Amino acid sequence: MRTGSFESMVDAFYIFKKDLIQEFKTRYALNAIILFAVVTLTAVSFSIGVISADDDILCAMFWIILFFSSMSGLSHIFVREEETHTADTLKLVTCPTAVYLGKLLFNFMLLLALEIILVPLYFGLMDFYVRHLPLFLIVLAIGSVGLAGGGTIVAAIIAKASSRGALFTVLSFPVLLPLLISGISATRIAVNARSFTEASAELQTLTAYGVVVITVSILLFEFIWNE
Amino acid sequence: MQIKAENLRKEYNGRLIFKNINLEIGDRTCIAVTGINGSGKTTLIRILANLVSPTMGKITYQSKGAEISKEKIHQYCSLVSPYLELYQDLTARENLWFLGKLKKVEKLDSKIDRLMNRFGLKGREDEAVKNYSSGMKQRLKYVFALISDPEILFVDEPRSNLDDHGIRTVYEVLEEQKKNKILIMATNEKEDLKYADRIVRIDG
Repeated sequence: MRTGSFESMVDAFYIFKKDLIQEFKTRYALNAIILFAVVTLTAVSFSIGVISADDDILCAMFWIILFFSSMSGLSHIFVREEETHTADTLKLVTCPTAVYLGKLLFNFMLLLALEIILVPLYFGLMDFYVRHLPLFLIVLAIGSVGLAGGGTIVAAIIAKASSRGALFTVLSFPVLLPLLISGISATRIAVNARSFTEASAELQTLTAYGVVVITVSILLFEFIWNE
Repeated sequence: MQIKAENLRKEYNGRLIFKNINLEIGDRTCIAVTGINGSGKTTLIRILANLVSPTMGKITYQSKGAEISKEKIHQYCSLVSPYLELYQDLTARENLWFLGKLKKVEKLDSKIDRLMNRFGLKGREDEAVKNYSSGMKQRLKYVFALISDPEILFVDEPRSNLDDHGIRTVYEVLEEQKKNKILIMATNEKEDLKYADRIVRIDG
C-alpha cells in the first residue's frame, strides 16, 4: 500500500515533469537565469581584467554571481502559477508537500543547468583555477540544494505579493546569507588544494543548512500555499 | 459523502462578505448558491472546495462515516469556474494527463478520449490550450473536472462561455452528478436553478 509520503514523492515528480515541459516550451526561467549570469560575468571580467584579483575575491565573486543569477529565475516557478491563475488548479489535484518538492526539484535542476554554463565560463574568463576539483564540485552540489531550498520557499512567499521582482532578492539575501558565507569559505579551501577534512566544518554547515531549510519549508509550506 | 459547514464567515481586508452560513449536504443533492454580484457566491464555493479558509467557522467532510482531512479533500472534489485556469502553454492532452496523474485517475488515456469526445473536443487534444477559444477552454475545464469522477462537483457559473450544444452537455453532466453524488453550483440563471434541490441565497 502506498504511504502518504510516497504519494507526495510521486506527485512531486509529476509536478516537476510538468514544469520541465512548460520550461522547454517557454524557456523563460532558463533564458533569464543564464543571460543574467553571462552578462554579469562578462561585465565583471572586463572590470577586473586589468587588475589581478586574488583567489579570495574570485571565490566571493563566483558565489555572488551564482546568487544574483539564481535570483533572476528561481522565483518564476511560483510567480507563473499565480499570474496565470493555475495555483488553484494545482491545489485541487495534490497536497502542498508534493507542490513544494516538485518545485524544489525543478529549481535544483535549473541551478545545475546554470552551473554547467557558469563554471567553465568563470574558469576561462576569470582565470580561476581550482586545485581540488572534487571538493569544489561537492561544495557546489550541496550549496545548490540549499540555494534551491531557500529560494523555493521565498519564491512561494513573494508570489503572493504585488511587487514580486524586488522582494525576491531582498527577502532571499538574509535567508541565504549563511549558505553564501559557508560556500565562499569552502570554495576558498578547494581553490587552495586543501583536503576534504579541512573543509569539513563548511561542508557540515552547508549540509545542515540544506536539511534545515528544506525540512522547515515542508512544514511551513502548507500555510503559505493555502494563504 | 457529506459536507457540514458551521457558522461560516468571510471577511476581505476587514470588509464582511457573508456570515452565519450553515450547510449540511449529503449524497444525491444539488445545492445552488445564488446572490447578487459581489455577494460572495464564488468565495463560498472556494471555501467549500478548500481553496481558501473562512475567517470564522468550520467545515467537515465525511466519507463512509469517517472524517476526511483537509489535506486529502482534493481527492474527492473538482471545480469548474471561470477564474480557474489550465496551463496555457501545454496541450489539452498534456494538461489532462498531468492533472489526471496527480488525481490518481485509472485508465486515464481512455477517459481523456471519452470525455474529449463527449465535450466536442475530439481532434483538438494536441493543440496548446492558449489557442483554444473561450468556449473550448470552458469545455476543457469540464473534462478536467470530470476525469476523476468526483464525489463533489463544484460549478461556478455552469453556462459561462458555452454555446447551445455545450450547455446541453453540461446539463446532462449536472443531472448525472446529482443522481449519485454531490453537486454545488453558484448561479443566478433560472435554467440552472431547476437542477437544485435547495437554494442558498447570499445577500452579502
